[in-house]
Amino acid sequence: MDLNLTEEQTMIVGMVRRFVREEILPLEADLDPDADELAPADRDRLVEKTREMGLYGLGIPPEYGGPDVDLVTRTLLAVEMSQHRAGLYAPCYGTFGGAGLAQLFEATEEQKERYLYPTLRGEKRGFFGLSEPSGGSDPARAIQTRAVQDGDDWIINGAKLWISGADRADYGLVFARTDADKGRNGVTCFIVDTDTPGFHVRRIVHTLRSAHYATELQFEDMRVPKENILGEVNRGFAIANDRLTRQRIPYAAGCIGVAIKAQEMALDYVPQRQTFGAPLSSRQAIQWMLVDNEIDIKQSLWITLEAANKAHQGEPFRKEAAMAKLVATEAAGRVVDRAMQMFGGLGVAKDLPFERWYREMRIRRIGEGPNEVQRHVIARELLGASLR
Amino acid sequence: MAARLDKPWIEVSQIAVVLRGHMGVFQLADADNTVIYMGYAGGNSLQGLRGEVTQACADHPDACYFRHEITTSYLSRFRELMMVYMHDHGRLPAGNPKISLGRMSPG
Ligand SMILES: Cc1cc2nc3c(=O)[nH]c(=O)nc-3n(C[C@H](O)[C@H](O)[C@H](O)COP(=O)(O)OP(=O)(O)OC[C@H]3O[C@@H](n4cnc5c(N)ncnc54)[C@H](O)[C@@H]3O)c2cc1C
Repeated sequence: MDLNLTEEQTMIVGMVRRFVREEILPLEADLDPDADELAPADRDRLVEKTREMGLYGLGIPPEYGGPDVDLVTRTLLAVEMSQHRAGLYAPCYGTFGGAGLAQLFEATEEQKERYLYPTLRGEKRGFFGLSEPSGGSDPARAIQTRAVQDGDDWIINGAKLWISGADRADYGLVFARTDADKGRNGVTCFIVDTDTPGFHVRRIVHTLRSAHYATELQFEDMRVPKENILGEVNRGFAIANDRLTRQRIPYAAGCIGVAIKAQEMALDYVPQRQTFGAPLSSRQAIQWMLVDNEIDIKQSLWITLEAANKAHQGEPFRKEAAMAKLVATEAAGRVVDRAMQMFGGLGVAKDLPFERWYREMRIRRIGEGPNEVQRHVIARELLGASLR
Repeated sequence: MAARLDKPWIEVSQIAVVLRGHMGVFQLADADNTVIYMGYAGGNSLQGLRGEVTQACADHPDACYFRHEITTSYLSRFRELMMVYMHDHGRLPAGNPKISLGRMSPG
């Protein structure tokens, strides 16, 4: 793997870095510290800019109309795009466009027309409904939502928990058990319109993340036509494994971006702040925190870029993607924590972004496959099929 | 946590006695206990709930009562209260401008 950026990468990364500094950070000064949306006029203006930059739709694969940017470069850009207060869960407030749910890329052409393409155009929103009150780490066993065939339709009953964005979605992917005896091979993925009778958003689940909240759903005799099955009956988990694994790479990159910004702020601050007659930067205790931050950032960046590079080269990358998610979420958590410590009281105040990063970064160790599950994935790759 | 804010109403004359600088959400009601406005005190609020409720009462002179909830999740709680209100009444409180909201059916 070449560790130097190409001329093109340097240029695009510089462009996005300037965009964050010149366009996003000034707007953020006037927003609520927990905001995850821009005013519509600002959003439209910035979307126009990202289109002019040729980078709108960055999360969309090139074969679906996204810019022709390889995964390594996309990863470098994801590192840049999260370097602001809302950057972890709302990088650049969505002005680079969204990405469709990974599974929808495997949909039938008719399903793509109804759900994927409108989503890529920004006209529709979807949610991902896998986790349930009975558990999210091992959904294959935990799923209790049932779908029963009734003529050409399926009737779905059950509940989902922790589902992000379901209250504002036009449709969602709902995983339901269609064969009680087949475990992992008894779950089917349905595309469900949120105006279907029997679909309910029962409550908001308030977490450490205030703006981009989760919801609890209930399905009561919700009738879904068989045309809305995504993939095959009982094969819900077989869809888009490769794309889902790929998602862990920008997820890791977002954490690294926040860590880089936290470190940059700490490096600016400690030479200026005086205690006991000398700047904080003269103290070894502070220097070591900066050193540990730097090592955490570099390690997680290289592991993440290696995963991106392997995926880009078409090599197996499941282990590397799991390592990237695991290492980046844990390392970035430590970096933000140390930066807060160096800022003292200011570190925990809403005046600065650390307290938001600290709260939201904690969720990253649980979301997108908790870190224990990532360790399990890595162990399975190391030990082979002998591990259940 | 209950989706609706069902606490007893407090007279607006009690704002300075009851409210301090916390973050949180609040509702204002007119003399008939009809909700006329909902708001929140976030991380940028200078005086927290006390300041925001005082200002909201100045902006809505028909406000006779308020009720509130202290929470650091003020944005998600505010949106939840707005969606619940929309579900129950088919519209937002008279004093709230239209904002982009999701749908809830809290049951
Ligand atoms: C803010 C937020 C947003 C979310 N958004 C969505 C969404 O949009 N869609 C969706 O489907 N889900 C979503 N989730 C759910 C998330 O994916 C789950 O919380 C996660 O998968 C863990 O499931 P659980 O909470 O049920 O924990 P459990 O499965 O009960 O696990 C509890 C703990 O035990 C650990 N653990 C589990 N098995 C083992 C083991 N074998 N060995 C050691 N430790 C183990 C887990 O890692 C975890 O830390 C969201 C969660 C949060 C917090």
